[in-house]
Amino acid sequence: MALSTSSNFAKPDDAFRALVEAHRGLSDAQSADLDAALVLVLANHIGDLDVLTEAIALAKRRMLDASQQQQQQQ
Amino acid sequence: MTQTKTQFGYRRHPDQDRSGANAAEYPVVVVGAGPVGLSLAIDLAQRGQSVVLLDDADRIGEGSRAICFSKRSLEFWDRLGIGQRMVDKGVVWSVGKIFHGTTQLYQFNLLPEEGHKRPAFINLQQFYAEAYLVDRVEELAAIDLRWRNKVIGLKQRNDHVLLTIETPDGPYRLHANFVVACDGARSSLRQMVGAEFAGQVFEDQFLIADVKMTAAFPTERWFWFDPPFHAGRSALLHKQPDDIWRIDLQLHPDADPVVEKRPENVRPRIARMLGHDKFDFEWISLYKFQCRRMDRFLHGRVIFAGDAAHQVSPFGARGANSGLEDAENIAWKLDRVLRGSSPEALLESYHTERSAAADENIRESTRSTDFMAPSSNQEARLRKAVLSLAKETEFGKRMVNAGRLSVPSIYHSPLSTADADKWRGGPRPGASMPDAPIAERSGRSMFLTEAFIGKGTRFTLLAFGNGVSSEVPDGVSTLRIGGDDGFVDAAGLATQRYDAEPGTAYLLRPDGYVAARFRHPSRPSLDAALARAAGHN
Repeated sequence: MALSTSSNFAKPDDAFRALVEAHRGLSDAQSADLDAALVLVLANHIGDLDVLTEAIALAKRRMLDASQQQQQQQ
Repeated sequence: MTQTKTQFGYRRHPDQDRSGANAAEYPVVVVGAGPVGLSLAIDLAQRGQSVVLLDDADRIGEGSRAICFSKRSLEFWDRLGIGQRMVDKGVVWSVGKIFHGTTQLYQFNLLPEEGHKRPAFINLQQFYAEAYLVDRVEELAAIDLRWRNKVIGLKQRNDHVLLTIETPDGPYRLHANFVVACDGARSSLRQMVGAEFAGQVFEDQFLIADVKMTAAFPTERWFWFDPPFHAGRSALLHKQPDDIWRIDLQLHPDADPVVEKRPENVRPRIARMLGHDKFDFEWISLYKFQCRRMDRFLHGRVIFAGDAAHQVSPFGARGANSGLEDAENIAWKLDRVLRGSSPEALLESYHTERSAAADENIRESTRSTDFMAPSSNQEARLRKAVLSLAKETEFGKRMVNAGRLSVPSIYHSPLSTADADKWRGGPRPGASMPDAPIAERSGRSMFLTEAFIGKGTRFTLLAFGNGVSSEVPDGVSTLRIGGDDGFVDAAGLATQRYDAEPGTAYLLRPDGYVAARFRHPSRPSLDAALARAAGHN
């Protein structure tokens, strides 16, 4: 199974909202703790190391790209 | 330790009277009389080789050091005739418990099924294991164990190795067809062949204390993350014979080793752990560790085994046990090469199989260590999340890593013949033979591993049901389960564990690993598998 990057939620805004609201009122440290737990729960739900590896690669590539752009803008 | 002989005398050997140009010649010289060197020497001697075993000391090391010996190691020691003695003295265990703070996260059983001769593990101080091995060595005339014989020079020649050995009476020389270096993590032979020994150094420090006390704790491996008596770090408690308990405490990376090791500093910490102060120290040691291995385990005619070849963190009992697996792997190969029944190329499979096993052990023990001592804030955060999820989810429990305990590797080996038939289970080629309860036709119950030993630990065809009786190649024993004259598989467990049907046959190597398996072997297929397993292709 390959990582699906097509839009899978019927209402993507609801999904994004659920994540945002989960972090409301949390300190940065608490948010980071929450994300760590969430990543583990979701990774286990997927249960496919290839998909996880692809997801990590995509997230990391976008993260590096985004932080590079940010540096250039500064 | 009153019954344990730990001090041995140096004795001058007539070889020392020979001139350097006329040095005595031996097929194998084993360097290092620790658990690996002693076991290897015994295995070689039992296969009919004359072995000189050299050790630079004259006593068995102090402190318990290695304490967990695996099922596989016990099965090997059964073949050497000392398994029962180890088990009789050792503390048998198979259950481990993991705590986070005061809460038990989960428990595991490393051998949840019946019908095995040996338990998952015994705990036994290394000095007992070494003493019993030395006793066995002394029963074997083919082994010449020389204490206070320190190798100080090594020259590789085309067909032999020339060793220079320092003794209290001065130096002398020996010729050896092969030298096996089992001389430990600080191997001087490794330096003599100029081999690198690079790897990962872990900064965290651990304190080991063996304490003597009578306690009602069960014989289980207890591991704590962030225990109340040792906040923010990890701790391990494990029972050994003679009312000795192994305690392992993780320290801060910047803790001062000299200060930490003082009994007056160790005592209050352990008293908090045990809830009382009624114990005596047997041994205290502080250590850091490295995970590393040699690039090549073979250097010409010098073969490296055990800690000399690879080092791991102690979490997982992969140090001594993997060294013993090295010994059982090289022994039969060296024996065949020395007899001329296999080409020297067979030895290369030792490097292939055991360096891959070392990589696996390093990977597993590095992961355990990283989990116990996270090296960044985010690693610590992920670990915290795993530990908290473990309290209510099964997947969280399984991610908690407090040491994945040693199990034998499955070799991806040039000696294995790939499966051509369909299998739903059973050991794959390259896997070690599972044990099972069987009975002789007289009704006497025994184990499959014992029957294998009874056949002489040679290449053995494990055959189920009738068939393949006259079709077995020369030099291969047959061990039959069922059929008209075979062992009785009353509980059906041998059949089940080998996914056997009438006609099924496994070709076992002399070290008890599967070389090939067939639903209905033909003589040509057996011949080909045997040739491959003996290193002829």
